[in-house]
Amino acid sequence: MTTSYRVMPGPEHFLPPSAASMGIRLPDPGQGHIHGSIVSEEEALEEAARQFLSAKVPTIFPGPLVLWAWNDKAAKKAKAIRHLYETIKECVDSSCQQAMLIPMPDYRPKYPKINPEIEINPNHPNLTIWHNKIDACMFVGVHCHQANLSLKIIRGGTNCYTIAMCAQAGHEDAMLSVRDATADKIIRLADWVKKLKGSVPPPVKH
Amino acid sequence: MAAQASFIGQKNKKEQVYTDPWHMMNEAARTPSFFTGSEVIKEAVRRASCDIMVAYPITPQSEAAALCGELFAEGYIGDYFRGESEFAVMSQCAGAAFGGARVFTTTAGPGTMRAMENFPMWAGARLPIQMIVTCRGINSPLSIQPDTLEISYLMQTGMLVWHAETAQDFYDWILKGYMVSEEPDVHLPLALCCDGFFVTHTKDMVDLTPVDMCLPPYDPYRSPVPCMDMECPPVRMMRDPFVMKSNYISYATHASWQQEVWAAVERSRKHTIRWMDGLIDTENTDADIIVVASGTAVSQSREAIAILEEEGIKVGLVKVKTLRPWPGEEIREATKHANHIIVPEFNVTGWLAREVSATIPNNNRVHAGPHVCGGMTMPPEIIAAEIKTVLGVKAPSLAGRGG
Repeated sequence: MTTSYRVMPGPEHFLPPSAASMGIRLPDPGQGHIHGSIVSEEEALEEAARQFLSAKVPTIFPGPLVLWAWNDKAAKKAKAIRHLYETIKECVDSSCQQAMLIPMPDYRPKYPKINPEIEINPNHPNLTIWHNKIDACMFVGVHCHQANLSLKIIRGGTNCYTIAMCAQAGHEDAMLSVRDATADKIIRLADWVKKLKGSVPPPVKH
Repeated sequence: MAAQASFIGQKNKKEQVYTDPWHMMNEAARTPSFFTGSEVIKEAVRRASCDIMVAYPITPQSEAAALCGELFAEGYIGDYFRGESEFAVMSQCAGAAFGGARVFTTTAGPGTMRAMENFPMWAGARLPIQMIVTCRGINSPLSIQPDTLEISYLMQTGMLVWHAETAQDFYDWILKGYMVSEEPDVHLPLALCCDGFFVTHTKDMVDLTPVDMCLPPYDPYRSPVPCMDMECPPVRMMRDPFVMKSNYISYATHASWQQEVWAAVERSRKHTIRWMDGLIDTENTDADIIVVASGTAVSQSREAIAILEEEGIKVGLVKVKTLRPWPGEEIREATKHANHIIVPEFNVTGWLAREVSATIPNNNRVHAGPHVCGGMTMPPEIIAAEIKTVLGVKAPSLAGRGG
């Protein structure tokens, strides 16, 4: 199926369609997608780095699959994410850009309510994005169903650019997605951020 | 997400080797065997590395359920028990799947309808349970005979729905079904349907894969939702009970959740095409007349096409293998040259004809029928007669035979 539909920053619609229902297909191994168009993995990583470098509030949302340190791979990946965050922080212009790391630690019932200032909620991701004025974010270590849910709500209700680094098959509802994520791949993204430092115009200062 | 260590090459307690599924299904030597459809279900499950099978007797699936009980006694299934009713069975299947088990069950007709509330719940919870549906009549007056009306209800649940024509389809698709439904981007339940009795209670030659090979076990860590634990009881899948609230974002969350289930059905398309070699099979699609059918209506249509060919009437065939995902694009392509599209069905409502009509351009080409229901057979002659009627060729009334 061919489609002219593209997954762009929103707000798209009162109730945006799922990208899969509009004909957007997931990348195969070694590929990624940008706005729903299949590209090489390296091209996707480079563009993800550009998005981070040009955003006012580039933000990483790590999920339980890396935060819970439930095995060696998760712990390794969590370290790589910390490294990516530190790299972004070093490479952006602190006078007009503020890198953030906001966890999505748990999907289980939690009362009386979550605080969207300090953690992202898969059912209310727009609150975290609104409250922190986030204009580019990356999901990593989030269970696929919860990630897709959040990515679609973000696309529907905010203008945030979404990146999904998935340990499985990727996410059509992100504007950019890379699949089969490993700690090494996250470090490669950090390398791209470092490499492109200074070559991407920062956001306009207010 | 951490991948489970590979089990390929290791042996289970029955000395079966966990085998690469592609090799097992496509390359390993096959043994021709003469089995009923129910026996074929048993043989497929023997090789499927199922953790749990939950059973409740209803004709015509009772035999298959009982045979799977023998598998438990032989040690091929981790656990096996009888539920209190079909509703209980499907709820128990959900509990087992939430806990990370590979689950198998069978049902039919009114039992399917009784359990219906569970199916959208399975899909919404992204549980890759496989359910065999040996279709039978669902309405009053009671009938145990084949009738595919229940499929039309299953198609709206968010489950994958496949419709097998033969015992061979059934055998292969049970095993391939787990491969598709357990993909992390799919992770949906599968209703694998066949026409009861016609498939379950007749014997056929079926090529079986080696009995010492089996599928690798299910890896629950590839699930798109967290596995259940004691702090996260079944069906508490979300952190905030958003459905209890009344505001825009609560509704948007629920709406997105539902959309995500159907997005997963779409994602199953590429995996299904790979494993099943396409969502449809076609023959002679350059013909002016095309029969589109699923299940055993395909077999009857093949015979009808042979009858018409002897009379010089060329008719093509589209065998619809999967109903969810729906092969809309494939059917549009296969029927693009046809002026007449005949859709014979084993049900009164004509759900397949409706689906086809909703998919193709110029749908006044679709002729919904012939229909039989309530367990009646569909002689190839009535399909041939229907086609002749559509073409304006006089055909003798089959019902008048012997009158």
